[in-house]
Amino acid sequence: MSDLATDRAIDRSKLQVTDEVAIEINNMNKWYGTFHVLRDINLTVNRGERIVICGPSGSGKSTLIRCINRLEEHQKGQIIVDGTELSSDLKNIDKIRSEVGMCFQHFNLFPHLTILENCTLAPIWVRKTPKKEAEEIAMHFLEKVKIPDQALKYPGQLSGGQQQRVAIARSLCMKPRIMLFDEPTSALDPEMIKEVLDTMIELAEEGMTMLCVTHEMGFAQAVANRVIFMDQGQIVEQNEPKEFFNNPQSERTQLFLSQILGH
Amino acid sequence: MSDTHAQTVSYVRDTMLPETSPPSSQVGAVRWLRENLFSSVTNALLTLISIYVVYYVISHIGPWMVGGIWDAGSLAECREIRNATLGTDASVACWAVLGDRWHQLLFGFYPSDLYWRPILALIVFGGGIAPIMFDKVPRKTLILSALAPFVCFWLLWGGSIWLPISAALGFVVGYIAYGLISKSLGSLAGMIAAIVLPLIYWLMISGPLYGALHNAAPIGIEFVESRAFGGFMLSVVIGLSAIVLSLPLGILLALARQSDLFIIKTSAVVFIEVIRGVPLIVWLFTAQLLLNYFLPPGTNFDLTLRVIIMVTLFASAYIAEVVRGGLAALPKGQYEGADSLGLSYWQSMQLIVLPQALKISIPGIVNTFIGLFKDTTLVVFIGLADPIGFSNLIRASTDWNGIYWELFIFIGAMFFLFCFSMGRYSLYLENKLQRENR
Repeated sequence: MSDLATDRAIDRSKLQVTDEVAIEINNMNKWYGTFHVLRDINLTVNRGERIVICGPSGSGKSTLIRCINRLEEHQKGQIIVDGTELSSDLKNIDKIRSEVGMCFQHFNLFPHLTILENCTLAPIWVRKTPKKEAEEIAMHFLEKVKIPDQALKYPGQLSGGQQQRVAIARSLCMKPRIMLFDEPTSALDPEMIKEVLDTMIELAEEGMTMLCVTHEMGFAQAVANRVIFMDQGQIVEQNEPKEFFNNPQSERTQLFLSQILGH
Repeated sequence: MSDTHAQTVSYVRDTMLPETSPPSSQVGAVRWLRENLFSSVTNALLTLISIYVVYYVISHIGPWMVGGIWDAGSLAECREIRNATLGTDASVACWAVLGDRWHQLLFGFYPSDLYWRPILALIVFGGGIAPIMFDKVPRKTLILSALAPFVCFWLLWGGSIWLPISAALGFVVGYIAYGLISKSLGSLAGMIAAIVLPLIYWLMISGPLYGALHNAAPIGIEFVESRAFGGFMLSVVIGLSAIVLSLPLGILLALARQSDLFIIKTSAVVFIEVIRGVPLIVWLFTAQLLLNYFLPPGTNFDLTLRVIIMVTLFASAYIAEVVRGGLAALPKGQYEGADSLGLSYWQSMQLIVLPQALKISIPGIVNTFIGLFKDTTLVVFIGLADPIGFSNLIRASTDWNGIYWELFIFIGAMFFLFCFSMGRYSLYLENKLQRENR
């Protein structure tokens, strides 16, 4: 079993799950053309949950979380985020997107803007926050991800790990209630994975609702309260991390776990 | 050389080597010459041949240009002076034609006592474009950029001051309509109102308003007809208007071509392909001959304005394709990053996508503008007297019958000046943006 790539002590008592529903997905289906990518997904996420989604490539895990903020459109079923149903209504989409933060595998920072501008852009234009206030918020979160001294540099001047932390800070500046992570450490060198995971753990401790597609099984064990295994567009198995890793039920899960933990 | 050898596996360095300078044959002019001009026998040979060719060309053209005659009233007089001073065999330029006719090459038949007006218009244009081109100019001067087109129009054509003012009011109407309606009914309704209301204003209200204002206070300067426009002034008026107008139009077309909305996308594709697929000269003939058939009878639409519109549409199709290349070069992640933050379509275009896409497209855009500016010489075929047209007119006079080179060299040099400075500006912009993002 691989260790968590961080030596940071985690205070599990801080990780509280509430009864309030944050995301509800009912019988959701998605097709790319005629290819059935997501099949009958049912998932309820409560506020404060940390869910890790894993599975082989092409299993639809990224597509699933990208449906939650409508970067991908679903064709059948229902997705309700914070009580707002996702439909083709642009107002709902923009509202949900401003409430749900997202981190991408390749960071997707805006290379023509400084770190500070990257962080203040959405608060100023979407939330109509005054520039000065937005900058204060941005500096607050940049301090939190431990890179306030890079605020006036451009993304291209930062290392991968720093860029990903900026991307997290950029999302946090919108004060989201839910954070989606789409393989946030897959494009990083091993030594940089740690700094990003540390930031994510800190977020979890503050009670953020998190959905995380990742292959960091150590992170899943330490932080997640639920692990979901997907294959061929379906949720094959979900369980508490301990049970999931020690006692996987389905054959597919066993095979997958033996492949990624086997060496 | 390396201190480690294959046979000794373990190695520890005990002294660090000091920094030294490279051998003298590897620095300075000697190295440059050796590397660039004489790196091999073939290269040395080619260098010598090239030097000879350059010498040959300059030794023939140089004396002809430098020894040219500046003080004469006609080509015949030029020849007399040459025969008297240099002998009949000598070949020298007769620059005197430029001294005699420079005002026609530059201003056409524009009244000579009013030359200050096009000059002032060019200065106003420069002042208006400066805050857009150089970000060191204070941002507040952008209001001048908005006013400059109307001031330039008024200075060039003259007439009542109320005409440009009543036309400019249409934009104010659109601006106010957008502000009021987008707040209460949403941005789409605001956008529609910002297009429809000014159109209604221009078609129904601006005419009578202009008449009333002009009767109440007839302030104005002498009116100059488009027919008097000519020479470089005409090229610059057509070229710069088309450049300024085609850029925003081209960007909108490029965005429309990428749109998910079928009708908008199809109209953009059809427009771009039709405009691009037909030679500019055909469009110019269309402007000259056909356009009047489509306009209501009795309207006499100025030919120069018609040409400006046609050249603008033509250039905008090219700009659209260049910008589309820039949009396509942008990683999909940039769109997704903007979307995931909740930015609206226009916000993400304005703040994220276009700044990056346009930066990529700068060389292509400027290239299109340079081509467009030189293409304005085609208007000579529909009877407008641009510099080429004037070179024919000048030759038609008995004084200067038979003079070719001097006029074309002057025209070429003027066009080169404009196009070269556009190219330089493009380089400056590329370097500046490159620096900023590093």
